[in-house]
Amino acid sequence: MSKVRIPPVLRQATDGARELTIEGATVGEVLEALYEAHPGVRGQLVTPEGELHKFVNLYVNDEDARLMSWLDTELGDRDTLLILPAMAGGAP
Amino acid sequence: MAQSYQDLLATAREHVREVQVSDLAARHAAGEAPLVIDIREQSEWDEGHIPGAIHIPRSFLESRIAGVAARDREIILSCASGQRSLLGGTTLQEMGYENVSSLAGGFSRWKQSGHHYDVPRTLTPDQRARFSRHLLIPEVGEEGQLKLLNSRVLMIGAGALGSPAAYYLAAAGVGTIGIVDDDVVDVSNLQRQIIHTTERVGMNKGESAKLAIEALNPGVQVHVHPVRVSRENVIELMSDYDIVLDGTDNFPTRYLLNDASLMTRTPLMHASILRFEGHASVFLPYEGPCYRCLFPEPPPPELAPSCGEAGVLGVLPGLMGNIQATEAIKVLLGIGDPLVGRLLIYDALEMGFTELKIRRDPGCPACGARAELEFRDYDAWCAGIGRHPVQPIPA
Repeated sequence: MSKVRIPPVLRQATDGARELTIEGATVGEVLEALYEAHPGVRGQLVTPEGELHKFVNLYVNDEDARLMSWLDTELGDRDTLLILPAMAGGAP
Repeated sequence: MAQSYQDLLATAREHVREVQVSDLAARHAAGEAPLVIDIREQSEWDEGHIPGAIHIPRSFLESRIAGVAARDREIILSCASGQRSLLGGTTLQEMGYENVSSLAGGFSRWKQSGHHYDVPRTLTPDQRARFSRHLLIPEVGEEGQLKLLNSRVLMIGAGALGSPAAYYLAAAGVGTIGIVDDDVVDVSNLQRQIIHTTERVGMNKGESAKLAIEALNPGVQVHVHPVRVSRENVIELMSDYDIVLDGTDNFPTRYLLNDASLMTRTPLMHASILRFEGHASVFLPYEGPCYRCLFPEPPPPELAPSCGEAGVLGVLPGLMGNIQATEAIKVLLGIGDPLVGRLLIYDALEMGFTELKIRRDPGCPACGARAELEFRDYDAWCAGIGRHPVQPIPA
């Protein structure tokens, strides 16, 4: 179980939630549970082939999950999974 | 009997030998370095002086000479025209200095004869007053302030991020600020773009920002570039500046700026905003990660709404633009720990800051060891042409 932080662009798919507590022992399991609870998120993050889009960054606490074990990275109760797509805004 | 000024000069001339500018210049050219003491006032010295000269204002000559020269040392006194130095010479002779001469015609003749002279880099009294609170900080001080005054910062965009950044950089005394923006002020901008005014709706944003900057600090040189930054002009624009501040609102321009900052090795101060959230980082070319190490690919337009589509809290860019300005000043001065290799995320609703580590990606297509960096069609790339579509969120 860990905390998952939802970026502004995905909050429409999580009914506005900014942070969720979700069951799962790894990054992959937590993401699957997140898609179960909020099906709209899957389409935003995952390709039709089931891979995560390349523009999606995942951070476990302050570290890039790609530099850890990516979807197999273990998550404990005190860990935070942060989903981070790039933001364009500067406000024209 | 009382003596007039002319009498005093005439007497001094009888006792103090005069040296010609051409003779002193010839000795300089021969590699000799006779001791030249310039006895003019501080303000005269600040406007230029003979290279290697030592400055002792006339009023301090008697009290300070012992610390500078022994009595048997050759001394050439110099002033503006060669009169004060004659009178000063008689005083030194009375004090036992035997080998004293006066430079005929003084610094004026030296300068008129076309000889090289030094202009010390110092703050003017106005600058000293204006930047007095910077001068009190050891990490800035006079040397740092002079650095800022000689610095050139390019702002891409005079919008939400550019407004506070340009204001504070101008206030801090950054000498030259370039503003690239082809847009005009709209009334809907004024909720956050505080450098503009209601009166200036319809004016080019660069021109409007220039008016505000000049009202705040007339010492800043503002160069307005009323164009859209593009592959064609970005290198020329950036090459002219020390630092670039990304205040844009779209991915094609952000990736273009990243690639151009690498090509020109210009440090890039990054920030982006949406609704209640801001991101900031500093990309130092080839020293830290770049924007593409962090985000190798842009998200598709559906997942990357602009503030124009999704909105933004008006005060949010005030904070993020000032983080960019703070980092710009630190990088220009070479002080502190800039946000290199770190992404700062600010959540205004929580009033929380999160910091993520960003590593340089050895395989980065822009700054990696095997990268063959060249401009691409950023618009097509960011429109997601050739990539997987993102499925819409079910209603």
